[in-house]
Amino acid sequence: MISEDDVWKCLEQIPDPEIPVLNIVELGVIRKVQITNNHVTITLTPTYSGCPAMKHMEQEIQRSLKMFKGIHLKLETVYFPPWTTSWISVEARNKLQAYGIAPPEEETERKAALWGVESKIQCPRCKQQQSKLISQFGSTACKALYQCQSCMEPFDYFKCL
Amino acid sequence: MANALFNYILRLADSTIILAQRDAEWTGHGPYLEEDLALTNIALDLFGRGKALLEYAAKLEAKGRTEDDLAFFRSERQYFNAIITELPKGDYAFTMLRHAIVDTFDLLLYSALMSSTDETLKGIASKTCKEIQYHQRHSFAWIKRFGLGTEESARRVSDALEQLWPFTDDLFDQAPAEVDLINAGIIPDRSSLKPAWQNHILNLFNEVHLKPNTEAFMQSGSIKGIHTEHLGHLLAEMQALPRMYPNATW
Repeated sequence: MISEDDVWKCLEQIPDPEIPVLNIVELGVIRKVQITNNHVTITLTPTYSGCPAMKHMEQEIQRSLKMFKGIHLKLETVYFPPWTTSWISVEARNKLQAYGIAPPEEETERKAALWGVESKIQCPRCKQQQSKLISQFGSTACKALYQCQSCMEPFDYFKCL
Repeated sequence: MANALFNYILRLADSTIILAQRDAEWTGHGPYLEEDLALTNIALDLFGRGKALLEYAAKLEAKGRTEDDLAFFRSERQYFNAIITELPKGDYAFTMLRHAIVDTFDLLLYSALMSSTDETLKGIASKTCKEIQYHQRHSFAWIKRFGLGTEESARRVSDALEQLWPFTDDLFDQAPAEVDLINAGIIPDRSSLKPAWQNHILNLFNEVHLKPNTEAFMQSGSIKGIHTEHLGHLLAEMQALPRMYPNATW
């Protein structure tokens, strides 16, 4: 008999296709796992509406759960409550930092202020807080591009959402 | 009322994917690499929103059509996107000014939809609002750069405004059937969004010495599926593959 724990453990083995240091559970896209008899329902929330990695994640989930024989898997996408970067675990934030991606800022009121002064993001390499925004849109939907003014290294910042 | 909601969701979805298609035309043609990526990212956000909306529309309709059927197998007169979204992409000043106008409208519309009594619509709106804030910050920054930049950039953005302004009223048009949806608390009354929209947009224009021609003849028609000649060309390109090879998969 398959347990919720088994499913969660299995999901933890699936890396985010864009940021392989994180698994999809740490990223916070898995909202719920429900099991009734041999029917497994997994509820996901996309990080960004158009995140092209979602399809890939779904396929990976289907592939990984094949190890459990005789289950009926159903994947559901929900948009509410919307995914937020505050769902990324502390452990995952540290992993991002070590990987060279500045983790998202903690939730602040500033987000509401469209014209707020850009905050200084800490460089994940030299840890100096003298960065400059190069572009609000980076290599993937969830990242912005910054440059450290101290070590001059460009780096990705996981956008606060 | 189910039919009215279906039409309303189509209207939201159509404006979203048509604008996304225009943004996507910049892929590989952006003024520099970062902007190329920015427009591609924004288009992706919009396609994502459009997909979620069309999925919901397909579910409401319950006739076995999928989101892809709705996107690829409807022609001009069956599209209800705001006319402003279908205009050719023009130069970068035109693309960014259109975005500033639509982003501001979308931010107000989807913020209001966050308190919809319809759970699905509320969910999609909550998700999309966070993204629109990024889009708006981007487009507003460009309008400032153009407006306060060189003589040439100021001229370009001013020309863009002259072309775009007559299509702004169309954003606020309301179909008669939408009244029931408003009364049920599912959607906001579009006319209630207008003062805030004008306030934001005119403040931006003031800051960069832009003046809309308030005497211009205002175009409308999107709620009836009446469009400019540009939409047909856009759809021909967007729909070519699925129409030539129905059921094609990756």
